[in-house]
Amino acid sequence: MLYREAGDFKTSYAADAQTFPLAFDRWGYWVLLALAALVVPFVVNDYWANALLIPFLIYAIAALGLNILTGYCGQVSLGTGGFMAVGAYSSYKLMTAFPWMDMVSVTLLSGLVTAGVGLLFGLPSLRIKGFYLAVATLAAQFFLVWLFNRVPWFYNYSASGQISAPERELFGLVLTGPNAASAVQYLFCLAIVIALAWFARNLTRGTVGRKWMAIRDMDIAAEIIGVNPLRAKLSAFAISSFFVGISGALFFTIYLGAVEVNSAFGIQKSFLILFMVIIGGLGSIFGSFAGAAFLVLLPVVLKLVGVDLLGWPTTIVAHLQLVVVGGLIIFFLVVEPHGLAQLWRLTKEKLRLWPFPH
Amino acid sequence: MKTLTTLTAAATMAAAPALADLVIPDLSYRTGPYAAGGIPFSDGYQDYFTLLNERDGGIGGVPIRLIECETAYDTEKGVECYEATKDEGALVYQPLSTGITYQLIPKTAADGIPMHTMGYGRTSAANGEVFNNIFNYPANYWDGASVAINYLLDENDGSLEGKDIALVYHNSAYGKEPIRTLEALAAKHGFILSQLAVDHPGQEQRSTWVQIRQQRPDYVIMWGWGVMNQVAIQEAANIRFPMENFIGNWWAGAEHDVSPAGMAADGYLSLNMNTVDPELPVFDEIREHVIGSGEAAGDGSHVGSVLYTRGMYAAMLAAEAIRKAQEIHGEADITAAMMRDGMEALTMTEERMLELGAPGIGPVFSVSCENHGGSGQALVQRWNAAEGVFEPITGFISPDEEVIVPLVEEDSLAYAAENGIEPGCA
Repeated sequence: MLYREAGDFKTSYAADAQTFPLAFDRWGYWVLLALAALVVPFVVNDYWANALLIPFLIYAIAALGLNILTGYCGQVSLGTGGFMAVGAYSSYKLMTAFPWMDMVSVTLLSGLVTAGVGLLFGLPSLRIKGFYLAVATLAAQFFLVWLFNRVPWFYNYSASGQISAPERELFGLVLTGPNAASAVQYLFCLAIVIALAWFARNLTRGTVGRKWMAIRDMDIAAEIIGVNPLRAKLSAFAISSFFVGISGALFFTIYLGAVEVNSAFGIQKSFLILFMVIIGGLGSIFGSFAGAAFLVLLPVVLKLVGVDLLGWPTTIVAHLQLVVVGGLIIFFLVVEPHGLAQLWRLTKEKLRLWPFPH
Repeated sequence: MKTLTTLTAAATMAAAPALADLVIPDLSYRTGPYAAGGIPFSDGYQDYFTLLNERDGGIGGVPIRLIECETAYDTEKGVECYEATKDEGALVYQPLSTGITYQLIPKTAADGIPMHTMGYGRTSAANGEVFNNIFNYPANYWDGASVAINYLLDENDGSLEGKDIALVYHNSAYGKEPIRTLEALAAKHGFILSQLAVDHPGQEQRSTWVQIRQQRPDYVIMWGWGVMNQVAIQEAANIRFPMENFIGNWWAGAEHDVSPAGMAADGYLSLNMNTVDPELPVFDEIREHVIGSGEAAGDGSHVGSVLYTRGMYAAMLAAEAIRKAQEIHGEADITAAMMRDGMEALTMTEERMLELGAPGIGPVFSVSCENHGGSGQALVQRWNAAEGVFEPITGFISPDEEVIVPLVEEDSLAYAAENGIEPGCA
């Protein structure tokens, strides 16, 4: 009834090729953005912002980045945690070496540094594929974590090896450090997420994205029709690392404020983000958000229901959380291997016919 | 406007007594690779507060409300727990994790909630002029490192000249803390320090101990936690490293660390900041009022063990600080700010420990604005594998203040400069 294209006439190619061809979708998108940008910052409290929304936005960026590489270009990567660490440590070095630099530049430059590192570790992808590439990126993960632990220059020779974000302002508002208002931090992350998601969406439906997908589907065929595998694969690595680097930078500067490379950017982070991409849906922008939301929110929801509502012991809930999340991952992989994004797509197909299916 | 606020505040306070409670969040970890240490500590911490509730109806007539939150020793979950509990009126945080402590130092400063990191966390927080609301009495890592060296000096007739000492440490903020002090002490006493890092969680240490077998250091000092301790002690036994030359810090000296190695661990040494005696009167009361009535936080099997005792000792110090705060402010239902004043005025004497049913459980110390670190004393204990108990072999040993005070000063002032803090007493 509501969800249909009847009467929604397209009169130009631009209108025909837009991201949300259905008016209902389009409106939904704008309403969601308006809610996120104009309403949420005024009602959000510290707990909602710091425990749910900010981590969700930051993980969504990382999932977008990995989705570009794995979902669109078909290159499996287990180095996401290491690349996030590159983003975090570059923003730390930039913030401490150039105290006058604004946070937008710090974040973008950290992304660029990570893109460079990603490019370097993407080189083996020209020779090796599949599981072998996964192993090569795994090496990147361990090497980068080891590097940030081993070379004191990266953590400015602090006694504990921890890095902590100094206080910085943006437009006169405190953005990093303990005195920052959570609404400001949320808005900063939201702005970056919107910009990056828009960038990713338009990249993936243009020439660059089509080349990636051609490589993913069959690299020899892609090469025969004129796709340069070198440029396609390396651009995917660079852009993916750019996204992941920005998420690592925000993870450190905005979300945690102090990190230790082992616990924050270990191998489990790489897996977490890979799970987000797989559960959300490979090769889908919406899927990156859905996957991030699923894995960030689910544990917190389980905890709220188990501990606060039902009054169960925290141990039981913590163990149950592992069981439920693990079970759901298997369930999704069996029932819907294309992830939450495919589920959403099917729902939309059904909604178009509702209430008169043929 | 101001009068209105005062009026509202007064009205809330007047209305409050019916609902008044002292909120103590317990950021525990009963899951993950560090649960073996987290469980007894948290049990001891909670059981003591439950005892006060059951036996005395709280502190100063106000009941204590415990909020447990599982962190799994993970910093992200620690932050979530902090955000979830801080608005409940939390009086003091004790996260039992150096990583989470580093996370919370700036946050608690901004929110004005005190944090007590007993024998862990950031060592230089001992300087209360910079870290107004962070306390790490009765002892901190640098004290621990110095006590270990002082013990070894004693064993070697006052000279460690030319000795080889290896530090096996957890490769994290926690394990790296003592390095600075040990380097300074190595320069002062002329011993050679080698550093061997073990990565989280510490199950794989073969290469570390092969290296020790080759280097043959005179002593090994260990800064370990969780499963790393058991593995290290087992590996040390495998290469037949003499246990009497192997000293763990106070987080590497609990029953569950040594028991897996069986008789081979006999004679293993570790530091401790509290004495261990399962027969203390306070434990009998816990057995009677808490475990007997089924109110225990855990299964009650840890009462009197090393980490249970330490958790209970942490709770005891917090309860004493609450009493002190009630005394100073003349109010039973205290706030976090009052709690901070109470902690800063805390004094522990032999008589008070006796009154509390825990004679000699910890060192005698007092806290002041300049010194949030207490006396820094610790003792050395030896594992008796046949009896299954840790036996103290020294009294409380004082650290080398000559080395530590300047280091604390330097590190805390660097923090103050970085974060724009004006050092001073309130």
